[in-house]
Amino acid sequence: MSEAHHDAAPGPEDLAPGEERLDGSGVAHGVRGYLIGLVLAAGLTAASFYFAGSGLIYGPAIPAALVALAVAQMGVHLVFFLHLTTGSDNTNNILALAFGILIVTLVIVGSLWIMANLNHNMVPMSRVMQMQR
Amino acid sequence: MSLAEPMDPNRVGDLPIEGGEAPGRGLGGPAPVRIVVGYGFWIFILSDMVMFSAFFAAYAVLAGATAGGPTAKQIFDLNNVAIETGCLLASSFACGMASLAAGARNPLWFHVSMAATFVLGAIFLGLELKEFAGLAAQGAGPQRSAFLSAFFTLVGCHGAHITAGLAWLLTMSAQVVAKGFRADIMRRILCFTLFWHALDIIWVAIFTIVYLIGAGR
Repeated sequence: MSEAHHDAAPGPEDLAPGEERLDGSGVAHGVRGYLIGLVLAAGLTAASFYFAGSGLIYGPAIPAALVALAVAQMGVHLVFFLHLTTGSDNTNNILALAFGILIVTLVIVGSLWIMANLNHNMVPMSRVMQMQR
Repeated sequence: MSLAEPMDPNRVGDLPIEGGEAPGRGLGGPAPVRIVVGYGFWIFILSDMVMFSAFFAAYAVLAGATAGGPTAKQIFDLNNVAIETGCLLASSFACGMASLAAGARNPLWFHVSMAATFVLGAIFLGLELKEFAGLAAQGAGPQRSAFLSAFFTLVGCHGAHITAGLAWLLTMSAQVVAKGFRADIMRRILCFTLFWHALDIIWVAIFTIVYLIGAGR
Protein backbone atom coordinates (compact mmCIF):
# COMPACT_ATOMS: atom_id res chain seq x y z
CA MET A 1 0.00 0.00 0.00
CA SER A 2 2.78 2.36 0.91
CA GLU A 3 4.39 1.34 -2.38
CA ALA A 4 1.31 2.53 -4.27
CA HIS A 5 1.35 5.80 -2.40
CA HIS A 6 4.97 6.21 -3.31
CA ASP A 7 4.08 5.75 -6.99
CA ALA A 8 1.42 8.41 -6.64
CA ALA A 9 3.89 10.80 -4.99
CA PRO A 10 3.12 14.32 -6.10
CA GLY A 11 6.64 15.12 -7.21
CA PRO A 12 8.66 18.03 -5.86
CA GLU A 13 6.72 20.56 -3.88
CA ASP A 14 5.83 23.85 -5.52
CA LEU A 15 8.30 26.70 -5.58
CA ALA A 16 7.40 30.16 -4.38
CA PRO A 17 7.92 32.81 -7.06
CA GLY A 18 11.51 34.01 -7.09
CA GLU A 19 12.66 30.82 -5.41
CA GLU A 20 15.18 28.48 -6.98
CA ARG A 21 15.63 24.80 -6.24
CA LEU A 22 19.33 24.28 -5.55
CA ASP A 23 19.69 20.53 -5.16
CA GLY A 24 23.15 19.44 -4.17
CA SER A 25 25.07 21.75 -6.49
CA GLY A 26 24.29 24.55 -4.07
CA VAL A 27 25.49 28.10 -4.01
CA ALA A 28 27.98 28.00 -6.89
CA HIS A 29 25.17 26.91 -9.20
CA GLY A 30 23.01 29.78 -7.93
CA VAL A 31 25.74 32.38 -8.50
CA ARG A 32 26.31 31.02 -12.00
CA GLY A 33 22.63 31.53 -12.86
CA TYR A 34 22.69 35.15 -11.72
CA LEU A 35 25.97 35.77 -13.60
CA ILE A 36 24.51 34.38 -16.85
CA GLY A 37 21.47 36.59 -16.33
CA LEU A 38 23.63 39.64 -15.66
CA VAL A 39 25.76 39.11 -18.79
CA LEU A 40 22.71 38.51 -21.03
CA ALA A 41 20.79 41.49 -19.62
CA ALA A 42 23.82 43.79 -19.93
CA GLY A 43 24.37 42.63 -23.52
CA LEU A 44 20.74 43.26 -24.48
CA THR A 45 20.79 46.68 -22.77
CA ALA A 46 23.99 47.63 -24.58
CA ALA A 47 22.47 46.49 -27.88
CA SER A 48 19.37 48.62 -27.21
CA PHE A 49 21.38 51.77 -26.52
CA TYR A 50 23.67 51.08 -29.48
CA PHE A 51 20.92 50.42 -32.04
CA ALA A 52 18.91 53.44 -30.84
CA GLY A 53 21.77 55.77 -31.72
CA SER A 54 23.39 54.12 -34.74
CA GLY A 55 22.18 54.04 -38.31
CA LEU A 56 22.69 50.29 -38.40
CA ILE A 57 18.95 49.54 -38.44
CA TYR A 58 16.53 51.01 -40.99
CA GLY A 59 15.08 54.07 -39.23
CA PRO A 60 11.36 53.26 -39.10
CA ALA A 61 12.15 49.74 -37.83
CA ILE A 62 14.13 50.96 -34.79
CA PRO A 63 11.14 51.12 -32.36
CA ALA A 64 10.14 47.54 -33.24
CA ALA A 65 13.75 46.36 -32.78
CA LEU A 66 13.98 48.13 -29.41
CA VAL A 67 10.70 46.61 -28.22
CA ALA A 68 11.91 43.14 -29.28
CA LEU A 69 15.17 43.64 -27.34
CA ALA A 70 13.21 44.86 -24.28
CA VAL A 71 10.89 41.84 -24.35
CA ALA A 72 13.94 39.56 -24.62
CA GLN A 73 15.56 41.30 -21.65
CA MET A 74 12.40 40.99 -19.55
CA GLY A 75 12.44 37.28 -20.38
CA VAL A 76 16.06 37.05 -19.21
CA HIS A 77 15.12 38.77 -15.93
CA LEU A 78 12.17 36.43 -15.39
CA VAL A 79 14.21 33.30 -16.04
CA PHE A 80 17.56 34.10 -14.40
CA PHE A 81 16.59 36.54 -11.61
CA LEU A 82 13.05 35.41 -10.75
CA HIS A 83 13.78 31.73 -11.60
CA LEU A 84 10.52 31.09 -13.43
CA THR A 85 10.62 27.75 -15.22
CA THR A 86 8.19 25.62 -17.18
CA GLY A 87 8.36 22.86 -14.56
CA SER A 88 5.25 21.60 -12.80
CA ASP A 89 6.53 23.13 -9.54
CA ASN A 90 6.13 26.57 -11.19
CA THR A 91 2.74 26.11 -12.87
CA ASN A 92 0.87 28.45 -10.51
CA ASN A 93 3.46 31.21 -10.87
CA ILE A 94 3.46 30.96 -14.67
CA LEU A 95 -0.34 30.99 -14.87
CA ALA A 96 -0.51 34.16 -12.75
CA LEU A 97 2.17 35.74 -14.95
CA ALA A 98 0.30 34.76 -18.11
CA PHE A 99 -2.86 36.43 -16.80
CA GLY A 100 -0.85 39.54 -15.88
CA ILE A 101 0.64 39.70 -19.38
CA LEU A 102 -2.85 39.35 -20.89
CA ILE A 103 -4.20 42.31 -18.88
CA VAL A 104 -1.11 44.46 -19.55
CA THR A 105 -1.38 43.75 -23.29
CA LEU A 106 -5.11 44.53 -23.33
CA VAL A 107 -4.59 47.84 -21.51
CA ILE A 108 -1.67 49.05 -23.65
CA VAL A 109 -2.72 47.78 -27.09
CA GLY A 110 -6.37 48.65 -26.42
CA SER A 111 -5.56 52.21 -25.35
CA LEU A 112 -3.29 52.85 -28.30
CA TRP A 113 -5.78 51.35 -30.76
CA ILE A 114 -8.78 53.29 -29.45
CA MET A 115 -6.93 56.59 -29.10
CA ALA A 116 -5.43 56.30 -32.60
CA ASN A 117 -8.92 55.66 -33.97
CA LEU A 118 -10.39 58.65 -32.12
CA ASN A 119 -7.54 60.82 -33.36
CA HIS A 120 -8.15 59.63 -36.90
CA ASN A 121 -11.92 60.30 -36.76
CA MET A 122 -11.69 63.64 -34.99
CA VAL A 123 -12.54 66.81 -36.86
CA PRO A 124 -9.31 68.80 -37.29
CA MET A 125 -8.95 71.56 -34.72
CA SER A 126 -8.76 74.28 -37.41
CA ARG A 127 -12.17 73.25 -38.75
CA VAL A 128 -13.65 73.20 -35.23
CA MET A 129 -12.54 76.83 -34.85
CA GLN A 130 -14.26 77.75 -38.13
CA MET A 131 -17.49 76.00 -37.10
CA GLN A 132 -17.59 77.92 -33.83
CA ARG A 133 -17.20 81.25 -35.59
CA MET B 1 -5.18 2.97 -5.35
CA SER B 2 -2.92 0.02 -6.19
CA LEU B 3 -3.49 -0.15 -9.93
CA ALA B 4 -4.25 3.54 -10.36
CA GLU B 5 -2.88 5.22 -13.44
CA PRO B 6 -0.01 7.67 -12.89
CA MET B 7 -1.39 10.70 -11.15
CA ASP B 8 -1.60 14.08 -12.82
CA PRO B 9 0.99 16.20 -10.97
CA ASN B 10 -1.18 19.27 -11.44
CA ARG B 11 -4.34 17.65 -10.14
CA VAL B 12 -6.44 20.11 -8.14
CA GLY B 13 -8.14 18.82 -5.04
CA ASP B 14 -7.48 17.47 -1.59
CA LEU B 15 -5.88 14.05 -1.34
CA PRO B 16 -4.03 12.89 1.75
CA ILE B 17 -0.39 12.02 1.14
CA GLU B 18 1.84 10.17 3.54
CA GLY B 19 4.78 12.06 4.91
CA GLY B 20 6.37 15.22 3.63
CA GLU B 21 4.82 18.61 3.13
CA ALA B 22 1.94 19.44 0.85
CA PRO B 23 3.33 20.29 -2.60
CA GLY B 24 1.15 23.39 -2.98
CA ARG B 25 -1.26 22.08 -5.60
CA GLY B 26 -4.15 21.27 -3.32
CA LEU B 27 -2.60 17.87 -2.66
CA GLY B 28 -2.48 16.94 1.01
CA GLY B 29 -3.88 20.20 2.30
CA PRO B 30 -2.83 23.83 2.06
CA ALA B 31 0.61 24.81 0.76
CA PRO B 32 3.41 25.78 3.16
CA VAL B 33 3.32 29.38 4.39
CA ARG B 34 6.44 30.24 2.35
CA ILE B 35 4.64 29.40 -0.90
CA VAL B 36 1.40 31.13 0.09
CA VAL B 37 3.24 34.32 1.07
CA GLY B 38 5.46 34.33 -2.01
CA TYR B 39 2.53 33.64 -4.31
CA GLY B 40 0.41 36.35 -2.72
CA PHE B 41 3.23 38.85 -3.17
CA TRP B 42 3.67 37.69 -6.77
CA ILE B 43 -0.03 38.53 -7.37
CA PHE B 44 0.60 41.98 -5.85
CA ILE B 45 3.58 42.53 -8.16
CA LEU B 46 1.55 41.52 -11.21
CA SER B 47 -1.23 43.93 -10.19
CA ASP B 48 1.43 46.62 -9.76
CA MET B 49 2.54 45.89 -13.33
CA VAL B 50 -1.07 46.25 -14.48
CA MET B 51 -1.11 49.69 -12.82
CA PHE B 52 2.14 50.61 -14.57
CA SER B 53 0.66 49.43 -17.86
CA ALA B 54 -2.03 52.13 -17.49
CA PHE B 55 0.70 54.77 -17.03
CA PHE B 56 2.60 53.35 -20.03
CA ALA B 57 -0.58 53.52 -22.12
CA ALA B 58 -1.16 57.14 -21.02
CA TYR B 59 2.44 58.04 -21.88
CA ALA B 60 2.30 56.32 -25.27
CA VAL B 61 -0.93 58.15 -26.15
CA LEU B 62 0.33 61.55 -24.93
CA ALA B 63 3.97 61.30 -26.08
CA GLY B 64 3.34 63.67 -28.99
CA ALA B 65 1.14 66.13 -27.07
CA THR B 66 3.89 68.64 -26.29
CA ALA B 67 1.69 71.77 -26.49
CA GLY B 68 4.52 73.70 -28.12
CA GLY B 69 6.84 72.79 -25.24
CA PRO B 70 10.04 70.72 -25.34
CA THR B 71 9.88 67.34 -27.08
CA ALA B 72 11.34 64.07 -25.82
CA LYS B 73 14.27 64.45 -28.19
CA GLN B 74 15.23 67.84 -26.72
CA ILE B 75 15.18 66.99 -23.02
CA PHE B 76 16.45 63.41 -22.62
CA ASP B 77 20.12 62.77 -21.80
CA LEU B 78 20.77 59.17 -22.85
CA ASN B 79 24.18 59.01 -21.13
CA ASN B 80 22.48 59.68 -17.81
CA VAL B 81 19.87 57.00 -18.61
CA ALA B 82 22.60 54.49 -19.50
CA ILE B 83 24.30 55.03 -16.13
CA GLU B 84 20.96 54.72 -14.32
CA THR B 85 20.25 51.48 -16.20
CA GLY B 86 23.65 50.03 -15.32
CA CYS B 87 23.20 50.91 -11.65
CA LEU B 88 19.77 49.30 -11.43
CA LEU B 89 20.89 46.13 -13.25
CA ALA B 90 23.94 45.76 -10.98
CA SER B 91 21.68 46.44 -7.99
CA SER B 92 19.34 43.66 -9.10
CA PHE B 93 22.32 41.29 -9.39
CA ALA B 94 23.56 42.27 -5.91
CA CYS B 95 20.04 41.63 -4.59
CA GLY B 96 20.21 38.13 -6.09
CA MET B 97 23.52 37.59 -4.29
CA ALA B 98 21.86 38.70 -1.05
CA SER B 99 19.07 36.14 -1.49
CA LEU B 100 21.65 33.39 -2.14
CA ALA B 101 23.55 34.51 0.99
CA ALA B 102 20.34 34.39 3.01
CA GLY B 103 19.70 30.89 1.66
CA ALA B 104 23.22 29.89 2.76
CA ARG B 105 22.66 31.62 6.17
CA ASN B 106 25.80 33.71 5.68
CA PRO B 107 25.33 37.07 7.49
CA LEU B 108 28.53 38.77 6.22
CA TRP B 109 27.86 37.98 2.57
CA PHE B 110 24.20 38.97 3.05
CA HIS B 111 24.95 42.38 4.55
CA VAL B 112 27.68 43.20 2.00
CA SER B 113 25.30 42.30 -0.86
CA MET B 114 22.43 44.28 0.65
CA ALA B 115 24.75 47.29 1.14
CA ALA B 116 25.80 47.06 -2.55
CA THR B 117 22.14 46.80 -3.56
CA PHE B 118 21.33 49.89 -1.49
CA VAL B 119 24.24 52.01 -2.76
CA LEU B 120 23.52 51.21 -6.42
CA GLY B 121 19.80 51.85 -5.93
CA ALA B 122 20.55 55.14 -4.17
CA ILE B 123 22.83 56.25 -7.05
CA PHE B 124 19.99 55.46 -9.46
CA LEU B 125 17.54 57.49 -7.39
CA GLY B 126 19.99 60.40 -7.09
CA LEU B 127 20.53 60.52 -10.87
CA GLU B 128 16.78 60.43 -11.46
CA LEU B 129 16.12 63.25 -8.98
CA LYS B 130 18.92 65.29 -10.58
CA GLU B 131 17.27 64.79 -13.98
CA PHE B 132 13.85 65.80 -12.62
CA ALA B 133 15.28 68.91 -10.92
CA GLY B 134 17.09 69.88 -14.12
CA LEU B 135 13.91 69.54 -16.17
CA ALA B 136 11.88 71.56 -13.68
CA ALA B 137 14.59 74.26 -13.65
CA GLN B 138 14.44 74.68 -17.43
CA GLY B 139 10.66 75.06 -17.37
CA ALA B 140 9.93 71.49 -18.42
CA GLY B 141 8.06 70.47 -15.28
CA PRO B 142 4.98 68.24 -15.22
CA GLN B 143 2.65 71.24 -15.69
CA ARG B 144 4.20 72.22 -19.05
CA SER B 145 2.46 69.73 -21.37
CA ALA B 146 0.48 66.50 -21.40
CA PHE B 147 3.64 64.71 -22.59
CA LEU B 148 5.61 65.93 -19.55
CA SER B 149 2.72 65.16 -17.16
CA ALA B 150 2.65 61.57 -18.43
CA PHE B 151 6.46 61.37 -18.30
CA PHE B 152 6.72 62.56 -14.68
CA THR B 153 3.82 60.33 -13.60
CA LEU B 154 5.29 57.17 -15.14
CA VAL B 155 8.97 57.65 -14.28
CA GLY B 156 8.14 59.30 -10.95
CA CYS B 157 5.93 56.36 -9.95
CA HIS B 158 8.84 54.01 -10.65
CA GLY B 159 11.12 56.30 -8.61
CA ALA B 160 8.63 56.23 -5.73
CA HIS B 161 8.69 52.42 -5.83
CA ILE B 162 12.51 52.51 -5.73
CA THR B 163 12.37 54.85 -2.71
CA ALA B 164 10.00 52.49 -0.91
CA GLY B 165 12.22 49.55 -1.90
CA LEU B 166 15.31 51.23 -0.40
CA ALA B 167 13.46 51.80 2.89
CA TRP B 168 12.35 48.16 2.86
CA LEU B 169 15.93 47.04 2.13
CA LEU B 170 17.25 48.84 5.24
CA THR B 171 14.42 47.31 7.28
CA MET B 172 15.35 43.81 6.11
CA SER B 173 19.05 44.30 6.93
CA ALA B 174 18.10 45.58 10.39
CA GLN B 175 15.73 42.64 10.95
CA VAL B 176 18.43 40.13 9.99
CA VAL B 177 20.79 41.82 12.46
CA ALA B 178 18.17 41.78 15.21
CA LYS B 179 16.46 38.44 14.58
CA GLY B 180 18.71 36.38 12.31
CA PHE B 181 17.55 34.22 9.39
CA ARG B 182 14.26 33.15 10.98
CA ALA B 183 11.59 31.57 8.78
CA ASP B 184 9.40 34.69 8.83
CA ILE B 185 12.39 36.95 8.05
CA MET B 186 13.31 34.63 5.14
CA ARG B 187 9.79 35.06 3.72
CA ARG B 188 10.15 38.84 3.91
CA ILE B 189 13.53 38.64 2.17
CA LEU B 190 11.90 36.54 -0.58
CA CYS B 191 9.20 39.18 -1.06
CA PHE B 192 11.77 42.00 -1.07
CA THR B 193 13.89 40.31 -3.77
CA LEU B 194 10.74 39.76 -5.87
CA PHE B 195 9.91 43.46 -5.50
CA TRP B 196 13.41 44.63 -6.40
CA HIS B 197 13.76 42.38 -9.48
CA ALA B 198 10.28 43.44 -10.64
CA LEU B 199 11.29 47.12 -10.45
CA ASP B 200 14.23 46.36 -12.74
CA ILE B 201 11.87 44.69 -15.22
CA ILE B 202 9.67 47.81 -15.23
CA TRP B 203 12.76 49.97 -15.75
CA VAL B 204 13.61 47.93 -18.89
CA ALA B 205 10.24 48.99 -20.31
CA ILE B 206 10.80 52.61 -19.23
CA PHE B 207 14.24 53.06 -20.75
CA THR B 208 13.07 51.45 -23.98
CA ILE B 209 9.67 53.10 -24.47
CA VAL B 210 10.23 56.46 -22.78
CA TYR B 211 13.88 57.24 -23.35
CA LEU B 212 15.24 55.31 -26.35
CA ILE B 213 12.13 55.38 -28.56
CA GLY B 214 11.26 58.88 -27.29
CA ALA B 215 14.69 60.31 -28.11
CA GLY B 216 14.59 58.76 -31.58
CA ARG B 217 11.19 60.15 -32.47
